[in-house]
Amino acid sequence: MVEQRPLSKFVAHAILVAGIVIVAFPVYLTLIASTHEPADIVNGTMGLLPGHMGVTHYFDALFSGTKQIKSTPVLQMMGNSLVMALVIAIGKIAISIISAYAVVFFRFPFRMFFFWTIFVTLMLPVEVRIYPTYKVVADLGLLNTYAGLTIPLIASATATLLFRQFFLTIPDELVEAAQIDGAGPMKFFRDIVLPLSLTNIAALFVILFIYGWNQYLWPLLITTDSGMDTIVYGIRRMIVTSDANTDWHIVMATTMLAMLPPVFVVVVMQRLFVKGLVDTEK
Amino acid sequence: MRKVVFKGTLLPLLLIAPQIVITVVFFYWPASQAVWQSFLIQDAFGTTTEFVWLENYQVLFKDPGYYNAMGVTAVFSIAVAVLSLGLALLLAVMADKQIKGAGFYKTMLMWPYAVAPAIAGVLWLFMFQPSLGVLAQVLRGWGLDWNPLLNGRHAMILVIMAAAWKQISYNFLFFLAGLQSIPKSLIEAAAIDGAGPRRRFWTVIFPLLSPTAFFLLVVNIVYVFFDTFGIIDAVTHGGPAKATETMVYKVFQDGRLGGDLGGSNAQSVILMALVIALTAIQFKYIERRVHY
Amino acid sequence: MAEVELRAVRKSFGATKVIHGVDIKIADGELVVIVGPSGCGKSTLLRMVAGLETVSEGTIAIDGMPVNDREPKDRDIAMVFQNYALYPHMSVYDNMAYGLRNRGMDKAEIDRRVREAAKTLELAHLLERKPRQLSGGQRQRVAMGRAIVREPKAFLFDEPLSNLDAKLRVQMRVEIKKLQRQLGVTSLYVTHDQVEAMTLADRLIVMNAGVAEQIGTPMELYARPATTFVGGFIGSPAMNFFPARAANGRVELGGGIVLAMSNATAAGEVTVGIRPEHLTLGGADGVSLPIKVELIEHLGAEALVYGHLPGGAALTARIDGETDVALDAQLTLSVEPRHIHLFDKTSGRRVD
Repeated sequence: MVEQRPLSKFVAHAILVAGIVIVAFPVYLTLIASTHEPADIVNGTMGLLPGHMGVTHYFDALFSGTKQIKSTPVLQMMGNSLVMALVIAIGKIAISIISAYAVVFFRFPFRMFFFWTIFVTLMLPVEVRIYPTYKVVADLGLLNTYAGLTIPLIASATATLLFRQFFLTIPDELVEAAQIDGAGPMKFFRDIVLPLSLTNIAALFVILFIYGWNQYLWPLLITTDSGMDTIVYGIRRMIVTSDANTDWHIVMATTMLAMLPPVFVVVVMQRLFVKGLVDTEK
Repeated sequence: MRKVVFKGTLLPLLLIAPQIVITVVFFYWPASQAVWQSFLIQDAFGTTTEFVWLENYQVLFKDPGYYNAMGVTAVFSIAVAVLSLGLALLLAVMADKQIKGAGFYKTMLMWPYAVAPAIAGVLWLFMFQPSLGVLAQVLRGWGLDWNPLLNGRHAMILVIMAAAWKQISYNFLFFLAGLQSIPKSLIEAAAIDGAGPRRRFWTVIFPLLSPTAFFLLVVNIVYVFFDTFGIIDAVTHGGPAKATETMVYKVFQDGRLGGDLGGSNAQSVILMALVIALTAIQFKYIERRVHY
Repeated sequence: MAEVELRAVRKSFGATKVIHGVDIKIADGELVVIVGPSGCGKSTLLRMVAGLETVSEGTIAIDGMPVNDREPKDRDIAMVFQNYALYPHMSVYDNMAYGLRNRGMDKAEIDRRVREAAKTLELAHLLERKPRQLSGGQRQRVAMGRAIVREPKAFLFDEPLSNLDAKLRVQMRVEIKKLQRQLGVTSLYVTHDQVEAMTLADRLIVMNAGVAEQIGTPMELYARPATTFVGGFIGSPAMNFFPARAANGRVELGGGIVLAMSNATAAGEVTVGIRPEHLTLGGADGVSLPIKVELIEHLGAEALVYGHLPGGAALTARIDGETDVALDAQLTLSVEPRHIHLFDKTSGRRVD
């Protein structure tokens, strides 16, 4: 801004602080609730300051889950979520980078046909083909398996397009220099393309990890065995409409635990996260 | 397209094969099944199947429930888009000023992106749960008979707030990036031309930001259509009395609980058409952006 | 080190012919420069020698062996690219070593070669740096180093200096020339810059629209350009051309100017070429050119005088910088008959 008026700066600070309060308050309240006696929560007497039950509640949540409605221990759910998030992120990156490499660095029959085959899937989120996809997974015998939970979500046009975009910026001369230096296609991929793509891979990983961790509809469809619950989906099973049966203190602790890994990734890898976010939407 | 490539046919086919196989098995096959089954009616036991042409669609467009879902989706989309875009723009404009702690503010505003929609739903449900929610108590203290579990309007407000809350960080980051890509010299030129801060915003900054805003609008609509499934399912289950049943949620409900696969698939097909239209609009926009 | 031979080499992309048959035998250790305006096919020709483009017709032989069907890596050539094409994620050392490692050379030998090249190129203190930490000139030297360590049969340079600023370009030009002499590697060098071409080349190929207009040493091309194109392209400022009629040892420029060239055999419509530096102040018998001075550029040691002949043809003359010439003055210039070039009007070929 051109003018540097103290008042306008003060207003800016005030609005931003208000924004942060709005954004953070729900999480703060959840954190507070997770440290209070269940009775205080249910009676609405817990207030806005931390209680002293935090350690106990998180311990209970991690190792046994909710009691009134029996749930899977949260640690196990987090394990499931971690597997799902990692397999989806790594799997997507792996198949996308090689398919983009094929499309960009080779000329082969039906190349554009294949490219469009992948490209069109941008327009087909899981949500618009829920049951037929479910049926395919069921027919393949993949219900209640990690494979069923992850593989169908591994194909995506977004990552392929991102890598294609990046590969197109690699100068022709670099490919020629490598050819003269005696590098064939696989060597070029390993020695040149992969190292050059590291930032893109890392940025994409951050976004895809969050995507995988936060999946909800898919685990809801594919898993019936509560031992396979992911944490994001598992929380729903802990909440029942009649309040008295909901172990809110455990639910609150679980909610915090469900947010922790993806939020941690975003905050710690902020630069990569922002890059990934902007790149995947181009 | 690049000029210099490697020779070979088998290798690239092998490299592209995994993605093609997964795409065909889990995208094209189910999508075509959805289209095919939208023309079929199955009896309750799944023993007989009849090809009925467009009957599922006809039934659908006579069903007040479907119009309800469309209305809910429309209200939900518009409210979330307006709320989250407006707040995000305000915050981004403030964070773009050269003030101390801009980096800190950015960090503190970006993390809700990482919160799953379903979790966002739980957070807001807990605050506004009629009997124990802290903010619900405040509302009741004001004499408002707040109860999202029974009152459809209240339930709608609740899911709108949860959905908008989650989306603010995304919109904020894109608006901020958009603002920061506007050359400072342009703003200085406007200042020399005698435009005050407010006038500069509406005559220079906002027009330059409009491609970003339009892009975000499309993304937000897609978000509300699909990603909010988790919020609805965790907070209201589409209730009370279908007051928060979005189109996607209805596909899910009709197919699983109702067992009406034909109807559910017909709805899927309509949704697919909608997504394709939205994507086409977005591409037109991207094409235009290239010319700038 | 080896001979490189091009025999009737042609290239077409589909129906478009871009190289119309080039023949040259490059001797062992010779530096041949291909020069021409952009789009003349000079880079395509070089890339065909490298194996980066296929040869449509004709033969390319390195060391007597036809290499048309060999992959670039099997031709034992090294190339320096215009944008250097350094691997951005590799250190200077690794950039130079990469091609050797791919050939399975043993580590000690790689190390020896890289360090030796680095010493020659004054890169020894930069071996651990990444390309982005280097200046333009340093990057250029790394690209050279990558070629040198290979100890190839031939070096191919594709406009290696055009990304450098003017001062550095002159400096690197000298270095390349010295290095090439010292290593004695057969080299093919592409540039659009005629000064660079003249200073570097043992022999030049002047290309225009896919045709090798003339092949020869720099001084041969300067003294006896085979076509108007070569005459105009080699030398700066460019050669003056005038339409004229030749008959009986006389050349009529129009406007009443007649040049006497007693030994000229040409007759009919011709184009006369005279280099600006061959015009001198003062009339001389039978070779006087009167002009009115329209513009003077003082370059210090010399001055460029621009004007028109009475017949209407534009003319540039290079005269001594200290000569006092006024704007709008009438000058008489003269030229020695041996510095008058005659070309056929339609074909542009030299007629003597």
